[in-house]
Amino acid sequence: MANKLKTLSKTSRRNYLTYVLVILAYLVLQLLSGSLSSSLKGMLVPICAYVVMAISLNLTVGILGELSLGHAGFMSVGAFTGVTAAVALQGVIPIAPLRLAIGMVVGAAFAALAGFLIGIPVLRLKGDYLAIVTLAFGEIIKSIFNNLYVGMDGNGLHFSLLSDSTDLAEGGKLIIGGPMGIGGIQKISTFTAGFLLVMITLVVVFNLVNSRSGRAIMAIRDNRIAAESVGVNITKYKMMAFVTSAALAGSAGTLFAMNYSTIVANKFDFNTSILVLVFVVLGGQGNMLGSIVAAAALTILPEALRQFADYRMLVYAIVLILVMLATNNPSFKSFWSRITGKRDKKEAA
Amino acid sequence: MTFLNFLIGGISLGSIYAIIALGYTMVYGIAKMLNFAHGDVIMVGAYICFYAISRFSLPPLVGVLLAMFVCTVLGMVVERLAYKPLRAAPSLAVLITAIGVSYFLQNAALLLWSSNPKVFPSVVGTGKVALFGGELTITHVTIVTIVSCVVIMLALTWFTGKTKMGKAMRACSEDKGAAQLMGINVNATISMTFAIGSGLAAIAGVLLCSAYPTLVPTTGSMPGIKAFTAAVFGGIGSIPGALLGGLLLGVIEIFAKAYISTQLSDAIVFAVLIVVLLVKPAGLLGKQIREKV
Repeated sequence: MANKLKTLSKTSRRNYLTYVLVILAYLVLQLLSGSLSSSLKGMLVPICAYVVMAISLNLTVGILGELSLGHAGFMSVGAFTGVTAAVALQGVIPIAPLRLAIGMVVGAAFAALAGFLIGIPVLRLKGDYLAIVTLAFGEIIKSIFNNLYVGMDGNGLHFSLLSDSTDLAEGGKLIIGGPMGIGGIQKISTFTAGFLLVMITLVVVFNLVNSRSGRAIMAIRDNRIAAESVGVNITKYKMMAFVTSAALAGSAGTLFAMNYSTIVANKFDFNTSILVLVFVVLGGQGNMLGSIVAAAALTILPEALRQFADYRMLVYAIVLILVMLATNNPSFKSFWSRITGKRDKKEAA
Repeated sequence: MTFLNFLIGGISLGSIYAIIALGYTMVYGIAKMLNFAHGDVIMVGAYICFYAISRFSLPPLVGVLLAMFVCTVLGMVVERLAYKPLRAAPSLAVLITAIGVSYFLQNAALLLWSSNPKVFPSVVGTGKVALFGGELTITHVTIVTIVSCVVIMLALTWFTGKTKMGKAMRACSEDKGAAQLMGINVNATISMTFAIGSGLAAIAGVLLCSAYPTLVPTTGSMPGIKAFTAAVFGGIGSIPGALLGGLLLGVIEIFAKAYISTQLSDAIVFAVLIVVLLVKPAGLLGKQIREKV
């Protein structure tokens, strides 16, 4: 076993380490579940959702190398479509986990569709222009779901925009109520479901990154012109990464929404996109384990800072700034490397 | 006549966006960073002016000047403490730091001034000018907003074109290394850019709150995002682009509100942005840089 581990490449060893750590974290939390505080218990599912969000955004930001400021838009698409599907199937499928899984698949499919549609204009642009279009996309999605009404009755689903004109038959039910969002959701998300989604996300992302396509995607990130000159189809591989990222975010959205009894479109705004981006950058671009740790730590941090009461978000902001300064400032960096005795990779090269 | 009324309303809102967008565009041009904290500087400026006028009953002009002064200092301090140490860092790291500063300003404002909305007193009164026998009414706020925008644009064009400091700014935005070799103090120039941008943000904050008089700690974020969009719309880094982008964005927003739908106006504004960027990927007045292989 030990020999086999040594022969593995560095990346796959790191991937296995990530799987093992996630499984360990799950088992430890399951064993401790009796002694966990109720506030922490309530955060387990959102943490899983944010972890999936962070990993999927890391695929766009770290692996594809494009800045996205509208990742919450995909989460929103996934949340609303997935919950609608789960609510619509409530009578047909009595098994809650199966309904949740179907909701996640539906959410992922619609988010992938949204990712494809927005990918067409987005991937033609570069750098900050791309970032602003994803931002615009997030805002558009927010506006649409704030004004969308979906109802269900015996004749199937009814849609209307701006005002409620779904005109439901007797016994019908309004699922999405415009700015009121979705109310009365059955909370069927569980920590186990969240854990499984995190594992699926890791499998998808690691296999994509370590495949031929993944190497093509990273080649585009490192040097687009060189990649194009050796015959890599830029649009295809960019789209592949972008749509995968969107689909995963969509299923995270469903998981997240099914943990609350009501969900509104304003929950998935620009600040949520930024929050997920913070996880990715703090965890390290392209580093999935880093994203997981950062997402979990930063979701718990405001809770852990409760003793600061009113000052906790202020402290959060200061911690964020200081961490960025400490990890990116050259003088801090050389000081740090002198302590640890490691040489900076850039200096070594 | 209603069309003209809407048009003037749009130009007025657009002028505010343009003034904010100038701050984004100048900082982007020089420091190549998206300063997400800019929207919150607007909010700080508005609060300073609010307290100067309503608590200490200072004359409005003094309030505006005080707000400008505080915001200018704030902009320079933030630049010195948070952005300068990251000059060589990757742009994403700087972006996240800017977001951290934005959170910091919002939460500091929340602690200092509470989340209760303040009703902002208009700095220019609530007078109106009626034209065409009362069919067309223009508030004084609108006039002052449009005039200040024009004055600021002219002053900035003169400043960047004619003065030594302005030329230094343009040199830095073109090539920092070469500018340094020519004896330009790059750090001082960047600091100056932040100072000007933040001072303008204070003016924008006062004008914004005079037109839409509810002041809360998050007042600045949505106009900040819109103005950032406006800057990209016009071509980020370009001063005339910021004006054009801001005005267009304001007019589109008001027309969308008036003729299509109030709730969907934001979606329409952003959809127009996406379409424009599809046709002109560097914005309306942005320079398309040719790639060299």
